This record gives sequence, structure tokens and C-alpha cells, in this order.
Amino acid sequence: MDPELALLVNAIISGLLLGSLYAAAAAGLAISFGMLDIVNIAHPALVVLGAFAVVVVSGGLGLDPLLSAVLLAPGFWLLGAGIYTAYHHFFERRGDQALHGLAFFFGVMFIIEVGLVMVFGADQRYVDPSYASITYYFGDIDLPLRMLVPGASALATIGALALYLRTTFTGRAIAAVAQDPEALRLLAIDPVRIKRFAFGISVALAGLAGGALVVVQPIDPWSGHVFIGRVFAIVIMGGMASLSGCVLAALAFGVAENVTAAFYGPSWSPAVAFGALLLVLAFRPQGLFGRAA
Amino acid sequence: MTVKTEAALRPRPALPAGHIAFWGGAALLCLALVAGFRVLDNEYAWFAGYFILQYVLLATAWNILGGYAGYVNFGAAGFLAVGAYTTVALRKAFGLDLLPCIAAAACIGGLLGLGTGWLALRLKGVYFAIATLSLAVLLHTIVVNWSFVGGSRGAYVLRPASIPPFVSYGEYLFVVMLVLAVIGVGIARGIEGSRLGMGLAALRDDERAAEAAGVPTLRLKLVATTLSGALMAVAGAPLSHYTGYLNPEAAFGLAFSVNAIAMPLIGGAGTWFGPVIGAVLLASLQQAATVTISSAANLMIVGVVLVIFAAAAPRGIVGLIRGGRHR
Amino acid sequence: MSGEILLRAEGVGKRFGGFVALNGIDLEVRAGERLGLIGPNGSGKSTFVNCLGGSFPAHEGRFIFDGKPMAGLAPHRRGHLGLARTFQLPRPFNSLSVLENVTVPLLFGPARETSPAEARARAMACLEQVELAGRAAQHPRELTQVDLRRLEIARAIALRPRLLVADEAMAGLSHTEVAQMLELLFRLNAAGTTIIMIEHVMRAVREFSQRLVVFVAGNKIADGDPNEVLAMQDVEEAYLGR
Repeated sequence: MDPELALLVNAIISGLLLGSLYAAAAAGLAISFGMLDIVNIAHPALVVLGAFAVVVVSGGLGLDPLLSAVLLAPGFWLLGAGIYTAYHHFFERRGDQALHGLAFFFGVMFIIEVGLVMVFGADQRYVDPSYASITYYFGDIDLPLRMLVPGASALATIGALALYLRTTFTGRAIAAVAQDPEALRLLAIDPVRIKRFAFGISVALAGLAGGALVVVQPIDPWSGHVFIGRVFAIVIMGGMASLSGCVLAALAFGVAENVTAAFYGPSWSPAVAFGALLLVLAFRPQGLFGRAA
Repeated sequence: MTVKTEAALRPRPALPAGHIAFWGGAALLCLALVAGFRVLDNEYAWFAGYFILQYVLLATAWNILGGYAGYVNFGAAGFLAVGAYTTVALRKAFGLDLLPCIAAAACIGGLLGLGTGWLALRLKGVYFAIATLSLAVLLHTIVVNWSFVGGSRGAYVLRPASIPPFVSYGEYLFVVMLVLAVIGVGIARGIEGSRLGMGLAALRDDERAAEAAGVPTLRLKLVATTLSGALMAVAGAPLSHYTGYLNPEAAFGLAFSVNAIAMPLIGGAGTWFGPVIGAVLLASLQQAATVTISSAANLMIVGVVLVIFAAAAPRGIVGLIRGGRHR
Repeated sequence: MSGEILLRAEGVGKRFGGFVALNGIDLEVRAGERLGLIGPNGSGKSTFVNCLGGSFPAHEGRFIFDGKPMAGLAPHRRGHLGLARTFQLPRPFNSLSVLENVTVPLLFGPARETSPAEARARAMACLEQVELAGRAAQHPRELTQVDLRRLEIARAIALRPRLLVADEAMAGLSHTEVAQMLELLFRLNAAGTTIIMIEHVMRAVREFSQRLVVFVAGNKIADGDPNEVLAMQDVEEAYLGR
């Protein structure tokens, strides 16, 4: 293969793998921010919290990191339900979520991150599952399992979630809760309970994404920062409440970043993605893959 | 028309101080601060004081857009860094002194603010906030790749040992920032009592109702974003002289963005005095924490205080003092 | 009653996606007139007001107000030209006092040379007109529903409008409150303000309107004398039958 072409194809493929990791990190936000209208700026910090929990559990019990993440998911669900309860009590109920709710999550983000620094120190942590060093080669194209396994698991999880939201009664109630809480009340469903349940799911997803993240790369307590802009950008580009849009946007983001990095150097890659986001915000606020509001 | 009579329209005036009382008081306070620090005769005190004053200006600037108009800017660090790098670039290109660089930073920050304002015409609420965050990342990337100002390695700034009549360069920087902060607070206070302030409050509460009531929301938003951007850049303009060395990590530090939001909220967003209290309190706390504990601890403090205030005292310290029933 | 034509809508159409909210509406309103506009929910009444006020552009047609085409004018410019509206759900400025709420349109309105002291006095006069002067220092959150609707009207008349569109100003009010609100609108009209009343409270519309216009599914299906219009077969079907 022509080396330029090989570079491009490799960049696209590793971009898709990176993108599925982004999708994992953004899917929870598509629920909280996209569907429930809760601007959880602490979501990336929760992902990192998940990664640290996975490091501890998989290291302590000698389990596979992705399996550990699944075992930890109920705990993260509880954490999310707790955060939502506080958020609802202090902000949503008072109609005060815009500025102060945002500040609340900003504060939560810092408490999580600094808490991690205080417990684990500022050093990087990583896990080393058995498949991490295996890479498949197809001609000039590399497929490292370290990227492929978490990426594929992430996409499978999101697929299962999308199916759940589409087919079950509760799932459809979640999709409807932000648009029409009154309609839910008429069906004798408490919108607050639905939102608490859904927010729990979004935080559980953050925990799972943390498991995927730590398989791919070493993490430190501040790793979440590089994701804040990206995950919000992805959810907005994906059309907010759409999981499929979120996945498409995440893949596009990953490919755009990686191709730029391959050809112009990694220091330019954020500019491409965020430049794209600014353009989307300025000219098509309803998202690239969303429907007109 | 005078600001004073207009302020009289408000049932609860923004702290009972007239125009003359404010500027007179500010001048006295400045003199007292400088005199007090000279008595202390500690070079570190000037630097600690500068650190706090820079946040007073940054928080006040953020408040003009975030507190008065209700548009949350997540990218304060980007504006601050633009100011800082304006100084670095102009100094390197033309050997300009600090003061003209500050003026240039105000212009460039204002232009950038105007551009952000264009976004604010189309984007509401959280979309605007995310857009400002993206803008900061974009600027960061550009600076990292701009080798003229040192790229990711950063740039050293040689500063004179002292500038007469100041005893040290630290004192000079302190006084410069003190004057800038007083001007910034004065501008914010002027807006609050004026027609502009009333219009911004109306559009913050309900943009459509404001339009229907004849408020030119578009123009007011542009004025607010421009002023806010200019003042944030000014807050950053002397940064390279303060640290002696500037790299993108320091200039675009997330602590700036977070503090710019946390300080007005804790002090009381939407009032001129709120950001001042918030900045003095939080910045002093962080200075103390950096010296005595660790830099991680100071962010923990900001986080905890922010959560407590957002939940329990949404109108900030100013709101607690006034004890108003209204929110 | 029959003054010159103050507002003319020419073939105004508005779509949301595939949904036709307004379908080529023609309408003339004369200066000094009291016009009632009725129609079932979703018939396009509020869309019509929003297009007129400039909240969003119409896809087709145009409005001519006081001889001037309104296309492309920002909402606040329309306010300055003498076009005021109230909102279906009151939208007060919650951080401002009742008096300040009414001061805003005076500070930014057509006569923005007004000094602050004058603006305050004028605002007080507007509040007196709607019998809200006693609550000038209070905040909107402390007001009852009827007082919030009065505040909406006070804020609208502070623009000294030539045309006032009262969008469901009576919804949720008691019998006596409706009567008070009607009296207020009659008074404003007698002082020279043209009024379009959009309303579901039939008793009020019948009493108030000199002329009645009916929208159904984005179309104007009737326009004429209130009693005749209300007796029409189509109108009755739109409201009662299905």
C-alpha cells in the first residue's frame, strides 16, 4: 500500500476506535444532558472516578477490568441517584438550575478530582489485561486489542441501552420526561422518579466508560478535563437526545482528531474538533445528526 | 441623566454609596493598601496582593456578562490568556512596555468578546457556555502552535528590577493591577445602576419579554460581551511580567475559568460588590492553602465552598447580608 | 370606529417543519377598533401574534403597520413603532420590582429621552391605570395571577402602543376579575388604543369585540359581526362538534 494511504487508513481506523471510546464517555451525557436537560459538567470526572474504581477492584480481586466495571455499575447507579436527589432538592425544584445547578456540578467535579488526588496521588494509574499487548495486523493496518475490546464493548453497551430506551415502557418514559412531564403525570408516572432512575443510568454509564478508558490509556485524576469539551461537543453534534447521533458524532470526532494528528501533528487535533463544534453551534445548533427542533 | 437618580429607582439600592463616595472610598482604600504593604516591607506581600487583585478584576469582568446578562462564560481562561499573550507578542515584536500592552490587550479582548457576542445572538444558555469553552480550547491550540510566542515551551519575560518611584517591580505590578481592578469594579458598578444594567437584567430574566418591551437585546448583549472580554484580557495582560515566564498551560489554566465563575457566585452574582467579596475571600484562601497545604487542597476548597453556596445561599454573600426575601 | 387601516396582514403563512401553522392569513384592523380573535387551541392564534411581534419570521406574506412594512424589523423596533403585546403566560422580569418591570419599556421605548425620574413617574402612572400602584415595590413572585396579568398589560401600555394585542389576558381569572380586566381594556380603547383580544372566555369576547375573527387550523374561517360569526355553522362545528 502507498505509505500515505496506509497512514490515512490507519488514522481512520484508530480514529474509529478512539471514537467508540468517546461514544462511551458521551453516551451517559446524552441521557443526562440530552434527555433530562441536566447539565452534568462533572460527567467526565465521574468517568475518571470509574476508571480509578476499576483499577482498585481489578487489581485487588485480579479480575478483568471490563468485568470489574460491570460489577461496579450498580454502585455508580446509586451514586447517580444520590446526586440527582440532591440536585433536584436544591435546584430543579426551585427552578434554579441554570446558573446555580451548573455551579453545583462544577463544584462536584472539583471535589471528585481533588478527592482522587488526595487518595491516590497525582500519579498515573493503568491496568494490564491479558489481551492488552496483542495487535492484529491486516497488511499495513493495525488493530490493537487494547483499543478494539473496550471500543466494541462500549458500542455493544450503547446498543443495548438504545434498545432498552426504545422498547420498554420505562425507557420511553425516560425519552419523554424532559419534553412532557405533564403527560407522564397523567399516566401516573412520577417524573422525578423517572429522572432519578435515568440519571443513575447515566452515571453508571460513566463508570463503565471509565473501565473502557483505563484499558486504553493510563489515567490520572485530571484526565477528565480533556474530555469535558469533547463529550459536550459530541452530544450537541449528535442532536442531544439521540444515542445513535451521539455514536456517529463520537466516531466523526475521533476520526477528525486522528487524521489531523497523523498529518499535521497531534498539537493541532483539538483545534479541528472544537473548530467544528463552534461551526456547528453557530450554524446548526440542533446538531449535525439531529432533527430540527 | 445621572447614575445616582437612576439608582434611586431601585427599592434596594446596590449598597448605599454615591458616585463620589465610591471613587473617594476606592482612592483611600488604594492609598491605605499601598501604605500598609510598604510598612510590611515584604516582597511576597505584593505578589500575593497582585494574585488577589487579578481575580477581583477577572471575577468582575465575568460578572458583567454572567451575572448581569445571564450568559455563562466557561472560557474565562481563554480571554485571560489572550491578554497575557498580547503582552508577550507585542513585547517581543516591538519591545513595548507593559502599559501600552494592557491597552492593546483591552482592544483585542474586546474584539474577541464581540465575536463571542455574535455567538450569543444565536446561542442560549448552556450552548453558549459550551461554545465559550470550545473557543478557549481553540485559542489554546493556536497558542501552542504559535512558535513566535514560544509555543508549548513557553516564553521568558525579562522584567526590570524596579520602576521608580516604586520600591520594587512587585509594587509596580501591584499598583497597576490595583488601578485596573478599581476601574473594572467602577465600570461594573456604573452599569448596574444604569439604563444598560436595567436592560441586561430584563434580558437575563426573560429575553423574549425584554424584546417585546422594546429592549434592543442584541445590542445590549454585544456591549456586555465586549466589555466583559476586554476586562478579562486586561486582567491577564500583566501575567507574564508577574510570573516572569509564560506557557500555555499556565495562561489557559482551568483554575482561572473555575474561579471566574465561582467567585461571583459565592460573593453574589449580578451585584458589583459580590465578585469583589468572592474574589478576595477565595483568592486569599487559595493563596493561604497553596503556601500551607497544597495546590490540590485549594481547588478542593473552591469546590466545597462552591457547592455549599450554590445549594444553600444562591444569592451569595451579598444576598446573605441583605437578607432579601427575593431570589 | 372606522378610522384608517392601522394593521394589514397580507397572506401571512408560517410552517413548522411540515406542519402548516398559518395558511395565507389576510386581515385588516382599523385604528381604534376592538377586534376579537378566537379559535381552538393550535389554530394559529399565538403563531399569528408571534409573527406580528417579530419573534419569528413568517414564511409568506407580510404585515403592514401604520403604512410601514414590518418585514425584517427586530421585535424591539416593532415595539418602538407602537406595537405591544402581552404574553399568554405572564413573563415578568423576576429580579426587578413591579415598578422597575414597567420602567424597562419606558427607558428603552420610543421616548427614550425620558429622564429616569420621568420614567419612574410614568411607570407609576401606568401601574395606576391597571390598579397595581399599591404593589409597585413588590416583586413579581409575590403577585397573584390576576396581578401578574395586570403587570403584563402595564408593561405593554408603557410603550404607549397604538395597537395592543392581549393574548389570553383572562385565562384562569374569576368572574369578577374578568369583569375588571374587561373594564381596563375598554378604558384603554376609549383612550385611543386599538386592541386585538385573543381569548377563550367567550362571554368576554362577545362583550368586548366590535368585530370577530375565527382561526381554525391556520385558516381564517370567519370575519365579521360577533353575533353573526358566532351563529355560523362552521364556527360552531369548530368549537363544539368534531
